[in-house]
Amino acid sequence: MTESHVADPAAESAAQPAPGTAAAAAPATALRPHAEDAFADELAALTEADDRPRPARWRLSPWAVATYLLGGELPGGKVITPKYVGPRRIIEVAVSTLATDRALLLLGVPGTAKTWVSEHLAAAVSGDSTLLVQGTAGTAEEAIRYGWNYAQLLAQGPSRAALVPSPVMRAMAEGMTARVEELTRIPADVQDTLITVLSEKTLPIPELGEEVQAVSGFNLIATANDRDRGVNELSSALRRRFNTVVLPLPETAEAEVEIVARRVGQLGKSLDLPPAPEGFDEIRRVVTVFRELREGVTDDGRTKLKSPSGTLSTAEAISVVTGGLALAAHFGDGVLRAGDVAAGILGAVVRDPSSDQVVWQEYLEAVVREREGWKDFYRACREVSA
Amino acid sequence: MTAVREGAAGQPAEGGAGAPHVRERAAGPLLLGVRHHGPGSARAVAAVLEAYEPRVVLIEGPPEGDAVAELARSEEMVPPVALLAHAVNEPGKAAFWPLAEFSPEWVALRWAVRRGVPVRFIDLPATHTLALSDADEPASGGGEEKPGGEGEETVPGGTDGGGAAGDADPASTHRKQGSGDGVRLDPLAALAEAAGYDDPERWWEDAVEHRGGGRGEGPVARPADPYEPFAALGEAMAELRAVHGEGGHERDLVREAHMRLRLREARKEFGDAATAVVCGAWHVPALTEATTVTADRQALKGLPRVKTEVTWVPWTHRRLARRSGYGAGIASPGWYGHLFAAPDRPVERWMTKVAGLLRAQDHSVSSAHLIEAVRLSETLAAMRGRPLAGLTETTDAIRAVLCEGSDVPLELIQDQLVVGDVLGEVPEGAPAVPLQRDLARQQRAVRLKPAAAERELDLDLRKETDAARSRLLHRLRLLGIGWGEPAGSRSGSTGTFRESWRLRWEPELSVRVAEAGIWGTTVHEAATAKARAQATEQGGGTLAEVTALAELCLLAHLPEALPVVMRVLADRAALESDVGHLAQALPALVRTLRYGDVRGTDAGALAEVAGGMAERVCVGLPPACAGLDNEGARGMRRHLDAAHQAVNLLARDDRDARDDKDDQAHRADRGDGDASGTGAEGPRPEPEGRPSGGLSSRWRGVLRTLAGRDRIPGLLRGRCARLLLDDGQLTDDEAERLMSLVLSPGTPPGEAAAWIEGFLAGGGMLLVHDERLLALVDRWLTEVPGEAFTDVLPLLRRTFAEYEAGVRRTLGELVRRGPVGDGDRGSGAGDGAPGFGAGLDRARADAVLETVRLLLGGARRDESEGVRV
Repeated sequence: MTESHVADPAAESAAQPAPGTAAAAAPATALRPHAEDAFADELAALTEADDRPRPARWRLSPWAVATYLLGGELPGGKVITPKYVGPRRIIEVAVSTLATDRALLLLGVPGTAKTWVSEHLAAAVSGDSTLLVQGTAGTAEEAIRYGWNYAQLLAQGPSRAALVPSPVMRAMAEGMTARVEELTRIPADVQDTLITVLSEKTLPIPELGEEVQAVSGFNLIATANDRDRGVNELSSALRRRFNTVVLPLPETAEAEVEIVARRVGQLGKSLDLPPAPEGFDEIRRVVTVFRELREGVTDDGRTKLKSPSGTLSTAEAISVVTGGLALAAHFGDGVLRAGDVAAGILGAVVRDPSSDQVVWQEYLEAVVREREGWKDFYRACREVSA
Repeated sequence: MTAVREGAAGQPAEGGAGAPHVRERAAGPLLLGVRHHGPGSARAVAAVLEAYEPRVVLIEGPPEGDAVAELARSEEMVPPVALLAHAVNEPGKAAFWPLAEFSPEWVALRWAVRRGVPVRFIDLPATHTLALSDADEPASGGGEEKPGGEGEETVPGGTDGGGAAGDADPASTHRKQGSGDGVRLDPLAALAEAAGYDDPERWWEDAVEHRGGGRGEGPVARPADPYEPFAALGEAMAELRAVHGEGGHERDLVREAHMRLRLREARKEFGDAATAVVCGAWHVPALTEATTVTADRQALKGLPRVKTEVTWVPWTHRRLARRSGYGAGIASPGWYGHLFAAPDRPVERWMTKVAGLLRAQDHSVSSAHLIEAVRLSETLAAMRGRPLAGLTETTDAIRAVLCEGSDVPLELIQDQLVVGDVLGEVPEGAPAVPLQRDLARQQRAVRLKPAAAERELDLDLRKETDAARSRLLHRLRLLGIGWGEPAGSRSGSTGTFRESWRLRWEPELSVRVAEAGIWGTTVHEAATAKARAQATEQGGGTLAEVTALAELCLLAHLPEALPVVMRVLADRAALESDVGHLAQALPALVRTLRYGDVRGTDAGALAEVAGGMAERVCVGLPPACAGLDNEGARGMRRHLDAAHQAVNLLARDDRDARDDKDDQAHRADRGDGDASGTGAEGPRPEPEGRPSGGLSSRWRGVLRTLAGRDRIPGLLRGRCARLLLDDGQLTDDEAERLMSLVLSPGTPPGEAAAWIEGFLAGGGMLLVHDERLLALVDRWLTEVPGEAFTDVLPLLRRTFAEYEAGVRRTLGELVRRGPVGDGDRGSGAGDGAPGFGAGLDRARADAVLETVRLLLGGARRDESEGVRV
């Protein structure tokens, strides 16, 4: 269980190449090697041990892909580290979806390892996680279909040589797994380019009177932030091409505390903040507050709460604690205290000044005030919310 | 007992060698080991019965049931039903054996009675199991007097004797571990573990339920010998029992001894080959055990007895699914029912059902969706190494394909399909249910005869009998048996200790009683179960409905149901975003609290919930009051008054009593910060350090905030000021300051008039006694510009018209006399009334006469009296 956290936002946002074996396989210069390089030996061991039927052009059988993500021990004694810590069901459904040649849509709030899972799925299924389209508000159709090399185009007219294929096009031609990040950030008309790709499995090139037909083995994994709903809602035609898997937030408070503490430690180092070992209790408290409000029920399951409109994701908990650490380091005595995080929590919880305010007040009065040992926190919160 | 146990341990089941019947079935009876409520087992049983046509069918169940088995022939008997055995003298002591359409026992029973083949139940008689339950649980006493209410205690089978059909059978044992059975061995789990499964349920499904018929082509396509799977299963169980002995199921030994005795009888009578036994798979090896008749008789000797009766009662899928009490612990009766009923392609058919349900709820589901869902569930099954997609796979697929990853529609599917709303029926001829008996007893006990003629009944709850009557009537109402309806009291007394009822016994009420039998065997128990179910099952309905239910629970004296209802109530209150609803529910709760006192109920939980609700009102009120129009403000004013009263009542009983004094001294103004963080205007007392304060002080803080904030409608501000003043929380000076603030020229006249309405509504004595206030109103009124006056008039008229004639008259007189002196605002100055000057300027008084006449409104008579000059 050492380096495997996967619900760890760190993993998503880059920083740290996971476990031990990585360095050897990856080029020494890469700040962050691709999944298929970092875990090359595990993939190789799995390929060797895997005797189950594989779908066309899959590097591994579905079972082996699931094992790669969830971890396990191979007959030879080789240990596969878990890449994703969470319900097994989710990975099984995801892998099965890819095997049925339907596209996979990973939904979840920020910080639930969507990108991480998608990268590893692509690495395990196709051995290549680099066929990636990053969705933004400015993503154009060329990024999904194809572009032109204009020098060539002007010199020789439209030809295959002048065409610049997109990652999706390449994946289709080679029977690989393509990835689209933040699908719902892409403008709706551009999103719909995917419909033909996913239903007809073909990409027409009218300029040449040709088309690229997907080879079996082609599939697509998209990720989307489900708190962004409504920004560029998927059209129902497109939605129908996807199987949706929702990645949940960390299941237990312990896991979440661990994730937050680790990430805060890393961030603190890069910001040159002094380490705050005594702050662990405060982290636990922040995580507790976030979890309780998010889930709408207290930890002991005895009191129902209203949930605020904000996400209260693990990633936000991390920024609250980091902010608190900075406060404590620069303006306090270096120890993370209730007062250092109170303002940050208030800011994260109260997004909508009218409704969230009530939620927060109720929480303060009904839960925090009564809770043993939280008196300092209650006072700090009242101070900042007054 | 010991003798039996030795016998069992010393002679491990005759596995392979001594069991010639395994292949050569003619040599022994058909031993059909099943999983209770397993659809696959049910099909297999049907196939065997069809193939071999036995001449007698023995079923695991109480032998008393033989008498009513014949009823199963009737078309009017629709499963799910339950065989109910109860002690004649104590209807509260009862055990249920639920049977669903897909239960192997039901299949066997119906097959037999429809063919005229005799049916015999062979388990330990209920007369013993019911009696033994006392011995098992000496603490629980017995009968309807004990507070146990539902389930566990009243059902002897709660832990063993056969409460659920399963009792000691393999299928349900491991499910019951939660209810205190953890130490028992779960035979199924052992087999599943051997097969490499972590979930015994799934192993059974894969190995037994899904096997054979392939893709569910029904009994016809089974392997050549339909008995073969049972033989194999028997062997497996024999192995298991050889290793584990009786596996901690001690009562089983007695039960199995009885089964063997009955089996011997049947074999003697009908011959080995013509005898079929349907029982839990776990018991199969025991039935072939070579014990002697004497040993078995010995085991049964000296068992306690109690007089019992048996009948059929209708059952529901929901109750099958319930894990405690009478439930059979089947998580997915709807799914099982589907597996059993679907002639072929169960997954496809299931998906179609799901699509139908989702479409009815306006989710768009196309056939293409279904195709993909089926494909995904099959791929999942293959990946998980299962022969056929089960409920887990289909649910996963439905979530990913049809529900876009969301669990919300899934819950609907879970509720409507996986569990389902199926209700069983029982023919008319079934013997009376114990609830009927219990009701008759209760009616005798409180001396109330059911009569078709309507009659009125006045109850004085301070009397023991009347209180009992009231409880009975309330409980029946809760159960939907409308024998008595509450009526307005004839005596006109409004005391909380009086109750009036209109009684009338309609013949159809007997049917209702029979229907209500599903909830329990005594009125008390059934009402408790019903109240709990009502609170939890449909989310309890609106807040007001749950509150009403809580009230009813207290009235009906159902303390066991109260915690559940309170829980739901607290949850609903927590999620209620409309302060109006909260404020509406609060008075009812507080009233209930008071009521509870009269009836000697402990309402501690209620007080807690009411307190919590009041807190929420405190927090939510200020934002809810902002930006209301006139109509909204008027509605909110009613809530405000109601909440104020309720909070005062609450605080009076409360621990706060002491705190209040401090708070008065401190004038804690916690509400200010609570509400908005911007309460700039309004009185600002010294900051408060204490993190906790009494409810009433917090409430006053809220009122103070409201009174002092500009965005709040005048009506509400005025009302808050008045409530504070009446409670002595606002000094006269302060009140005057507030009033003069509002009545100063900067405030629009309409707003000011609304403030006055709020402040002065419900009693004019204030103006009579504080002439400074009167002078303020008076001065303001004279300054209202002409064009605004017509707008203000209706408001003022409404305010003053409410006053009693005497008050209006006094006011008129005061106004006539005129102010004591403008310069002197102190009280008691000069010879005029405090706040007024000494002299009277008649000319000016005449000038306002018309206005005052309008203001005071009401009957003409009053005007002429009041404003006589």
